[in-house]
Amino acid sequence: MAAIVGNDSSVKGRVILRHRLVTRLTHWGWAIALFFLLLSGLQIFNAHPTLYIGQQSGFEFANDILSIKTLRAADGGIEGVTTIFGTDIDTTGILGVSGPEEARAYRAFPAWATLPSYQDLATGRVIHFFFAWVFALVFLFWLVAGIVNGHIRRDILPTGAELRAVPASIADHLRLRFHHDGRYNVLQKLSYGGVLLVVFPLVILTGLTMSPGMNTAWPFLLDLFGGRQTARTIHFFCMAALVLFFVVHIVMVLAAGPLNELRSIITGRYRTEGAEGDHS
Amino acid sequence: MSRFRLDRRRFLTTAGIAASTLPLAGCDALDGFLSGGSSVRAGLAVANGLTYRVQRMLIGADALAPEFSSSEIRQGQRPNGSTDPNEEAYVALKTSNFADYRLQVHGLVEQPKSYSLDELRNMPARTQITRHDCVEGWSCIAKWSGVPLSRLLDEVKVKPEARFVVFHCFDSMNVGLPDTVGYYESIDLIDARHPQTILAYGCNDAPLAVANGAPIRVRVERQLGYKMAKYIRSIELASTLSPYGRGKGGFWEDFGYDWYAGI
Repeated sequence: MAAIVGNDSSVKGRVILRHRLVTRLTHWGWAIALFFLLLSGLQIFNAHPTLYIGQQSGFEFANDILSIKTLRAADGGIEGVTTIFGTDIDTTGILGVSGPEEARAYRAFPAWATLPSYQDLATGRVIHFFFAWVFALVFLFWLVAGIVNGHIRRDILPTGAELRAVPASIADHLRLRFHHDGRYNVLQKLSYGGVLLVVFPLVILTGLTMSPGMNTAWPFLLDLFGGRQTARTIHFFCMAALVLFFVVHIVMVLAAGPLNELRSIITGRYRTEGAEGDHS
Repeated sequence: MSRFRLDRRRFLTTAGIAASTLPLAGCDALDGFLSGGSSVRAGLAVANGLTYRVQRMLIGADALAPEFSSSEIRQGQRPNGSTDPNEEAYVALKTSNFADYRLQVHGLVEQPKSYSLDELRNMPARTQITRHDCVEGWSCIAKWSGVPLSRLLDEVKVKPEARFVVFHCFDSMNVGLPDTVGYYESIDLIDARHPQTILAYGCNDAPLAVANGAPIRVRVERQLGYKMAKYIRSIELASTLSPYGRGKGGFWEDFGYDWYAGI
């Protein structure tokens, strides 16, 4: 990372090779796979929009922690209610009940959030498992390449000194003061590291824990996550974490200069800031 | 180091890129590619064959699905799909408490046989407490008792050309089509001969209830619930799945669900 490939202007900063090919390929592989995994995953979730803790789903006992329901309200209307840890939230219009007033759809996640847009669990599963393979193979490729070429150690794992500087970096970010020298700052390292080395393996392993076949092959997964239904719940919250990451990721790209950032993740070339920030 | 400034030009670029991500959410744009007969969907479904082969490689042929302690049985077995078939033949058997029930085992076998419920109950039994996973996403733990399918396969002597076990059922489901369709399912011989694959006649220490598939349902513990056919009328050994239903190997498979349901 950060090899100098041009130095046309010291005022505008230098153009460096910021992202190597593996980084760019895996980034877009994941972007495409996660787009389909998210929307097909919500389709699958809609088939039984309740999350539980434990080995099984409580129908005659209560172990649910999140549930999206379509209920008839006291006034006779239909409302969408999302229950999280026993607290009911009216989510009419988005969760439980959605769509135009004249053609309401009674479903957990709305049509615009699922693939296909209509209820089709079978196709949702076909899409999900295809892109699950893509996602996991890209991850395996990234992991091996990142260990071999030093990307993970050099660019992702924060050093002790960087970790001690976390408060200062947070303060800088709160003042919207960003360093743009082509290298990741400690907060970037922590969030990319958290996604790549924690959430990605977690979402893959909890996905596998839901497979009855894999429960037979690797029964320790059930012990690791505390049961199939807990794994399903963790899988869902991994999804939520990745959606949150995506939103912050896009906001930060926009804040940091979208064209330069977008160019760097497509061509690899990135223009650093002028002389004062130019210490890469 | 620089301050984050939002000048007009940057604002317009920003707004433009933000707006360009919005159509991503318009998922009905992709519906056409994903409908039943599309080649895109068929291409994506190839992944199921990969999952099948890789799982068969990772899982030993006789590796057992996790079994649970009796303290994990915390509720009745949740029924799904057909729960009270109204087909004439089934209703007649149910009325006489399945006294006249005969399970036919036929197809690619040396000696076709039929079994009464008492004959099945008197064969060596297996009892297992396992987790039932519905394709919808829920799970339910119950105790199942029955005769291992491998025992019957040994008795009828499966011919070498047989590759699948097909379960024909009494029930049919109306899924919005002009005709109701009979339920059927199929598994390969590895799952058919698996020690936990039993023809269950008991659930949670009671005779199998009608809602759960009386008199006989199959347990295929390393796959999802829709593989575990209820209300089994006959068992057929076959070399190909194309003659049955729409040829995909099962009722739900004919509606687009994967034949291999180990995931």
